[in-house]
Amino acid sequence: MIALSKIVAGRLLLGIVTLLITSMVIFGAMELLPGDFAQAVLGQSATEETVRAFRAELQLDQPVFVRYFDWLLNALQGDFGQSFSGRASSGYDRSRAVVDLVAPRMSNTILLAGLTAAISVPLALGLGFAAVLYRGTWFDRALNWTVLGAISFPEFLIAYALILLLASLFPVFPALANVSPDMAWDERLSRMALPAASLTIVIMAHMMRMTRAALNDLMARPYVETAKLKGLSRRRIVLVHVLPNAWAPIATVIAFNLAYLIVGVVVVEVVFAYPGIGQLMVDAVTSRDIPVVQTCALVFAGTYIVLNLLADVIAIMTNPRLLHPK
Amino acid sequence: MDNHAAAQNEIKPLVDMQGVVIEGFSNDRWTTIVDRVDLKVYPGEVLGLIGESGAGKSSLGLASMGYARAGCRISGGTILFEGQDLRAAGIKTLNRLRGNRMTYVAQSAAAAFNPAHRLIRQTIETSLVKRGWNGTKARRHAIKLFGTLRLPGAETIGSRFPHQVSGGQLQRVMTAMAMVPEPGLIVFDEPTTALDVTTQVEVLLSIKDAMRTLGSSAIYISHDLAVVSQMADRIKVLRHGKEVEEAETQEMINAPKEEYTRSLWAVRNIERNAKIGAEPRLTIENLTAYYGKFKALDNVSLTVPVGRTVSILGESGSGKSTLARCISGVVKDVEGQVTLAGKRLPLHLKNRNKEQLRHVQMIFQMADTALNPRQTVGQIILRPLRWFTGLPREKARRRMEELLSMVELDPSLASRYPEELSGGQKQRVCIARALAPEPEIMICDEVTSALDQLVQEDIIRLLNRVQEEMGTSYIFITHDVLAAKAISDEVIVMSKGRIVDRGSRDVVFSPPFEPYTEKLVKSVPEIDSGWLEQFRRS
Repeated sequence: MIALSKIVAGRLLLGIVTLLITSMVIFGAMELLPGDFAQAVLGQSATEETVRAFRAELQLDQPVFVRYFDWLLNALQGDFGQSFSGRASSGYDRSRAVVDLVAPRMSNTILLAGLTAAISVPLALGLGFAAVLYRGTWFDRALNWTVLGAISFPEFLIAYALILLLASLFPVFPALANVSPDMAWDERLSRMALPAASLTIVIMAHMMRMTRAALNDLMARPYVETAKLKGLSRRRIVLVHVLPNAWAPIATVIAFNLAYLIVGVVVVEVVFAYPGIGQLMVDAVTSRDIPVVQTCALVFAGTYIVLNLLADVIAIMTNPRLLHPK
Repeated sequence: MDNHAAAQNEIKPLVDMQGVVIEGFSNDRWTTIVDRVDLKVYPGEVLGLIGESGAGKSSLGLASMGYARAGCRISGGTILFEGQDLRAAGIKTLNRLRGNRMTYVAQSAAAAFNPAHRLIRQTIETSLVKRGWNGTKARRHAIKLFGTLRLPGAETIGSRFPHQVSGGQLQRVMTAMAMVPEPGLIVFDEPTTALDVTTQVEVLLSIKDAMRTLGSSAIYISHDLAVVSQMADRIKVLRHGKEVEEAETQEMINAPKEEYTRSLWAVRNIERNAKIGAEPRLTIENLTAYYGKFKALDNVSLTVPVGRTVSILGESGSGKSTLARCISGVVKDVEGQVTLAGKRLPLHLKNRNKEQLRHVQMIFQMADTALNPRQTVGQIILRPLRWFTGLPREKARRRMEELLSMVELDPSLASRYPEELSGGQKQRVCIARALAPEPEIMICDEVTSALDQLVQEDIIRLLNRVQEEMGTSYIFITHDVLAAKAISDEVIVMSKGRIVDRGSRDVVFSPPFEPYTEKLVKSVPEIDSGWLEQFRRS
């Protein structure tokens, strides 16, 4: 047990170091952008004075590492600075705190990701399991062709097809997913239905195929032959003898897809006009709103690292050699 | 014999297989693995199935449970178990019989146990699922069997995971797993082949005792006639999927009808006149090696004379392979002194010059993995040949063909790829490759262990002959007492990283023995059905 907690602690530490390095890269990349922030943000008509004041506020006169540590320390305390947008060339400042911009979008994104995951993960596991159980039958083949098809279509096409089908021809769900915090829950869920369905189709195929591959891979192990010669049913073999050994690869795939749900869904957000964090970041990039871009990038990196860390820990926790050392 | 057979005629056989044909799918077509073999097992009887690899003995054994491995199919004949036709039976019927009326013990228990579950759970699984026993009853039954099989800590060993238990113990747990449902038939598929000799004999004894208590029938599969003759009442010999002969064990040993059966114990018959004396070629002094904190080799010193063979004999974990790795210079953490032909040999590979590298060559156990599958036999031999000797292309080519002839391979094989060769041929290519630089020392690391008896004999004869011709010194590393007897001039016995016995072959292998050597020598089964009982009494 001590050895196990040591390994887990080691992974945690590695995760923190990775996040730190990522934060440096994110900050450094923004530094490398050409041009003058202050001038660009405030526009051509800004007075010399406003620009100078803005520069001073951004501490552009300070060396880069001082600014990095300032930014990092503030970020650790939950302060990601002020957004650049809302600043006028006149010097009048209507900008908002980055946190206030990102937080509601993030909660929207997490809500959509959570809803999608709640549907797609059990479905993918179940179908992957069924495909192995009925391997080689028409069911397995049909499932395989279907998910292969789903993977092959770009996600916007799936989204538009769903709109056409379920919002236009048979108007069951609204085509627009412009949710707001004051909406009733059932209304929100109904609006989120189509984006969630599109994302489910996109990620489920991948997860299901990997689950199927991981299980099928283990079906060739000698202990599966032992189980067959014990006369166990195929269901019991897959469930009791194969699945417990397959958690590590399955967890990795699920983590990868959940991360995608947080960071990679901008296209679906745009199609359904869903106010998620992907859209916020794209808008921020267009308007050169550096603090928002940095914050989003950091959140994305953090999501990836935390989810992969989780998958690693699951892999370690389900390995009997590590869980029960000699 | 006649009485016995007559008695058997009245009793119905438990297993009755007639004209069984098994096919395997390879290279896009079905090839015959087992060709029209009949097999009967009577209640309470142990039938031994013996043959070399590829004889179809495992496939036939599994077929008695109505099972064909992935990529194989039972395509002909009838298989009756307790009068029930297994080929016609559906999976439900088969599953009701398997793990219940018939059970299986696999060759490698380490791979055949599920790594994710505790041993007891796997041991009693079928009794719970099929018999509906309650957990306490099944567990008590299993623990009793663990005791019968003389597992240390019978009460607690079940709560361990497979990786926490040694190979010999796992094999006994697997036997217990097969015995818990008190089946009519147990198929033992080479259950002791992967074990050290001293472990093997313990496992054999415990299986034999447990079988006697249980009274089940068994099919005992092995390539080792000596082992089978301890366990079986009747022996069937298979070759290339066909039956060679079948007889009562005693009769088979005393008067085998077929030439092939006689050749199965050929390796025991090699006689080499052990030579002694000769100036030292390789001297090792106070060699100590570590893997991390583990001391794998403890202060080992030895001398290998010119043109002689020194065998290093030991069980797994004795440090014999580490010694080979130290001499070839691939162990990182090592101290001591190695002298080759009077000159100090650096301990690490990277400090050795080309000439020093040239004079220590190695042959490995698994010829399969030691040959580059993308190179032809010619390329494999030419590479070290030209690199070390600097011969021009044409001369090197001729020399390569000479080397192939020397290892008794047709020079036309030079254009073939390793996968087209048999196991014995591959090992010959490895020998030719090691000979190409004309080394002074050749390290043979378990080179015969993965081979069939007959091929083993050929390889040992070949090595002996090549030594006569080229004067190479061999370090022959093996766990096999018989192989060591057949090839050595001198023998060194190792245990736990230390040398425990040494001397000329005849001194080491004749009384008075060192205690550990005696244990090794006496644990080797002899082809005599009473040997195991004698061993128990001694």
